[in-house]
Amino acid sequence: MEARIRIRNTKSILFKGVIVFFAFLITVPLIIVLLYIIKQGVTQVSWHFLTHVPAPVGESGGGISNALLGSFIMVMMSSVLAIPVGMFAGIYLSENPHTKLAYYSGLCVDILQGVPSIVVGIVIYFWLVKPLGTFSAISGSVALAIMMLPIVIRSTEQTLRLLPPSLKEAALSLGVPYHRVILKVIVPCGFAGILSGIMLSIARIIGETAPLLFTAFGNPYLSSSITKPMESLPHLIFTYATSPYDEWHNLAWGASFILLMFVLTLNIITKLITRKWNIQL
Amino acid sequence: MEHTVVSASKFNAWFGDNHVVKDVSIGIEKNQVIAVMGPSGCGKTTFLRCINRMHELIPGATAKGSLKLYDDEVYTMNPIYVRYKIGMVFQRPNPFPNLSIYDNVVAGYKLNGLKMAKADMDNIVEKSLTSAALWKEVKDSLHKKGTFLSGGQQQRLCIARAIAMEPEVILFDEPTSALDPISTSSVEQLFHELKEKYTLIIVTHNMQQAARVSDKTAFFYLGELVEFDDTKQMFTAPADVRTQNYITGRFS
Repeated sequence: MEARIRIRNTKSILFKGVIVFFAFLITVPLIIVLLYIIKQGVTQVSWHFLTHVPAPVGESGGGISNALLGSFIMVMMSSVLAIPVGMFAGIYLSENPHTKLAYYSGLCVDILQGVPSIVVGIVIYFWLVKPLGTFSAISGSVALAIMMLPIVIRSTEQTLRLLPPSLKEAALSLGVPYHRVILKVIVPCGFAGILSGIMLSIARIIGETAPLLFTAFGNPYLSSSITKPMESLPHLIFTYATSPYDEWHNLAWGASFILLMFVLTLNIITKLITRKWNIQL
Repeated sequence: MEHTVVSASKFNAWFGDNHVVKDVSIGIEKNQVIAVMGPSGCGKTTFLRCINRMHELIPGATAKGSLKLYDDEVYTMNPIYVRYKIGMVFQRPNPFPNLSIYDNVVAGYKLNGLKMAKADMDNIVEKSLTSAALWKEVKDSLHKKGTFLSGGQQQRLCIARAIAMEPEVILFDEPTSALDPISTSSVEQLFHELKEKYTLIIVTHNMQQAARVSDKTAFFYLGELVEFDDTKQMFTAPADVRTQNYITGRFS
């Protein structure tokens, strides 16, 4: 008996050791990637790097200001397109989970989430780029907005669904009309969750290259015109990293570092938001 | 009959095909505390939620028959107006977690977008919290979140929120079932004071509570209103054998 218990205890300890090991193991790839990019990229970054366009082959210096501006503009535009649509759709899904419409639009959201980003790019190419006759920041933003939508919808839906029904009843019993119940009570109570969903969706699309290949295309010059081709961080990394020149490789490393920092910061902000603004129910 | 605030005649309610309130006729007089009791699933809460038209918010829920607030049919009035006039306090305290204590009290005004001078609003907050016997405890922390309060305080905050709208009737859906005995007695204490100004209808599982706080008691069984009488009469000499069986604990 004594021995059997000892064997069982040893098994338990072993099992615990295994799960701890794997939990630790999953942090390794991230740390290696992080360290490598920091090592390669951090030396490239300077004020000059952030404020200048890429230099032509053979010239030293140059930076990524065109890609920074482009990424910023396109993320803003796709947020403006995707956030309102996504929030309203998410509110509908959480409010009416058992309707036919909710079933089918929920299904569409899931499928949309699974559509490869390159496919989204091609579709937008045929829908917008061809009719408009040119690559443009607009079509790039639309493609990114489509990538954003499912994340915003699902995070809104899931956040709001966690709120207790008693909250809605409290507001309704005070004679508050339905639209105000949603806008003044339900959405504010789920605000932290919705906002962190939005931040995560931005973190997701800011690194997307494929949807931009046939839509925003890229632009070696600083451009803020939304009807013209526009550079973006991931696209710049893609072009310059696949080039045969060392200076351009360095530029791509620097841009990777900046992109990584963005994504990291967005994720940290998201964590802080959920911690600080989360409403105690 | 001018004292009758809420009256129902041949009132029925359903959840889908499930007939939960059957031909209820009742007349509730002004400034009284009415206890509504009965075993689980007897339709008492459903009946209560019909009075301020919260019942219909559940998909598939329907109601038929006459239900009046004074002389107006509740079911032809605008539900928003009905809920202004008939406040409600729920089983579990449900203050708005995103609002301060102050804003919780005037939530009925703020959430409806009714503009009001600051002084008037301060006045309503103080008056309502005083009526809910909470003012002394929270007057220095009005701008803290409502959810910082204890369960009993939260429930009194919810009562203050209902009072602030100056309703005619306040409905209580098992208001103390989630509270500890001390909080329960403080809420029960309130009922006596509140009936000076309002008419209270209280659904309760707890027979002792019904006996302690109410002027009249309604006994529901299987969707029917079995008996409605003075509480004393009901608990000492019930007219119906089902009431007697319930009170003596032969079923629950």
